[in-house]
Amino acid sequence: MSRLLVCPPDYFDIEYEINPWMHRSNAVNRERAVQQWHRLMQVLEQDVGAALERMKPVPGCPDLVFTANAGVVVGRQFVPSRFRFPERQREEAYFEDWFRLHGYEILMLDHEQHFEGAGDLLGFADCWFGGYRQRTNILAFPLLSEWFHREIIPLELVDRRFYHLDTCFCPLSGGELLYYPPAIDRYGQEAIADRLDPVQRLVVSEREALDFACNAVCVGKHVVLPSGCPDTEALLASRGYVTHSVPLDEFLKSGGSAKCLTLALD
Amino acid sequence: MVHQERVVLQGHIIDSLILAKVLDRILSMGGSFDLQEVQIGKTREDASRAKIVVRADSPALLTSILEAIQPHGASVERESDCRFQPAQADGVFPDEFYATTHLPTQVRLQGAWINVDRIEMDLGVLVEPDQGTARAVPMASVKRGESIVIGREGVRVIPLQRPRKRDVFSFMESQVSVERPHGHMVHDIAARMRQLRTGYREGRADCRILFSGGPAIIHAGGRDALAWLIEQEYVHILFCGNALAAHDLEMELYGTSLGYAHQAGQPLPHGHEHHLRTINRIRSLGSIEKAVESGLVKHGIMAACVRHHVHVVMAGTIRDDGPLPGVITDSIQAQEAMRNVIPGTGLALLVASTLHSIATGNLLPAAVPTVCVDINPSVPTKLADRGSFQAVGLVMDAASFMREVSRELGWKP
Repeated sequence: MSRLLVCPPDYFDIEYEINPWMHRSNAVNRERAVQQWHRLMQVLEQDVGAALERMKPVPGCPDLVFTANAGVVVGRQFVPSRFRFPERQREEAYFEDWFRLHGYEILMLDHEQHFEGAGDLLGFADCWFGGYRQRTNILAFPLLSEWFHREIIPLELVDRRFYHLDTCFCPLSGGELLYYPPAIDRYGQEAIADRLDPVQRLVVSEREALDFACNAVCVGKHVVLPSGCPDTEALLASRGYVTHSVPLDEFLKSGGSAKCLTLALD
Repeated sequence: MVHQERVVLQGHIIDSLILAKVLDRILSMGGSFDLQEVQIGKTREDASRAKIVVRADSPALLTSILEAIQPHGASVERESDCRFQPAQADGVFPDEFYATTHLPTQVRLQGAWINVDRIEMDLGVLVEPDQGTARAVPMASVKRGESIVIGREGVRVIPLQRPRKRDVFSFMESQVSVERPHGHMVHDIAARMRQLRTGYREGRADCRILFSGGPAIIHAGGRDALAWLIEQEYVHILFCGNALAAHDLEMELYGTSLGYAHQAGQPLPHGHEHHLRTINRIRSLGSIEKAVESGLVKHGIMAACVRHHVHVVMAGTIRDDGPLPGVITDSIQAQEAMRNVIPGTGLALLVASTLHSIATGNLLPAAVPTVCVDINPSVPTKLADRGSFQAVGLVMDAASFMREVSRELGWKP
């Protein structure tokens, strides 16, 4: 069974602007956000069959809800993120505490080695891909690669709206990749094409990419994604995936969606 | 001056095309690079590592290139100042002295890279940290207490940039072959000489032409052509031995070289004495200059040199007769005299002398275009083997070369 770490949106809000989606004037409707989050949890638990680990929300950490950025989990080891922006750096200690309390071995990167966890490090069983340039420093990847004995192909993110790799790139359990190529530079696109056959590359349209179609959670043959992405759902269905769309527009105000709200623990 | 910095790139840089991207970025911004070490991971999990020397024409461009490639993981390597020790005695370097190449070289002093002046192969580097200067120094010239660079830290050698002009010199490698056609090479050499003479007359830097030759030029019939080149100001420095000068003067006084009459092609009775009598005559006058000024010697190579104030260095050897006045018989002094006139050289022609060609080649910085002409292919080969890789080798008879290059420049025999 898949276990996911989540954090209720009790304090979720837009208190600062650190990506092009965030505007303090565009206030979060807390009630709707809470409803949308609970709906997502219900789908994950009941429809997808995932087990959820809930973190305790912390006042003053509005983005703690985006647990994908806690760090990266490999077996019983955890590498906490080193956030680029001071606004999110205060989350680091809470994530680290949770994993320490739950018996994980903690591997530390230097504080200046910016790395934003599973937001920027995703992949398949044998090969990982790392987004860099917007948030994560490329120099973090050689270290992670050495620690976990995995190949990590760095991909340069070139569109500020897709500031984490998980906003434009979603590996699927069957080996396919759901992605929005223009968010990645030419060299990165070539590197992806070199690793994945055309039939494995499922390209999302710009319109749906901007609705964060790629910020999807894939558990087995289930894919949970934000609502409003019918073409992506049809594409996934054509490959045998069962799609579940959930309205998550309150979280898109902050530049996040289904995937950002979860962290795979296994 | 080239500005450079060494960066390291590591991780999965090959399949991700990060290395390709960094190299493309350097070139597209107008810089150049040298891939110094590339270690490629043996398995997919293994990381790869590349050391890249980034070069640019200005410090500002270098900084912009480094700023552009750093986000892709290229980190500037940590560098240290060069280390140096005082020489313990005159003429003796410290044990671990850095031995130079003839390529442009820089040393790092108090965080700044400075050029090593008067670079030449197989010397040491003398630094004056207070003045912030460095220069290449021969072993024999070092004085006790002078600071000599030791080890390799804080020393960097800058490979030559390929010249933009496409001519025989742009290859900068001494392919030596008897079977290569000479015509276009002679043409390119003449073109370079014409260009340098113009620069020399206008007082521009690095426009002097150095000619180093052996006596075969006289025996084979290249004397008139060489004298003409000197008269026309195509030669500004002449390196030779006792023999070239002696046979040139013998030709003037007796019409022979080593006793052979040039007109008849026959040995003359007692002709073998001519060069001794010539040397004796010049010795009696005190100098070659006096022989020319007195009107005794009117034509030929040495006369042209005196009239056109060519800087002549005659270096003696163990088999010399006489020698002529002006021949330097102490090899180390001769080397020093040659070394002192090399700065400002824009072309070196080394013709028909194993000894003088290799000696001159050893003294020349790699940046000086060099041509080595000899009928024996082993001479240009030997020159290249001893490190003067920039020398263009021409396997041909000395007189033919002299005559062909002079004709290209307008000589009408």
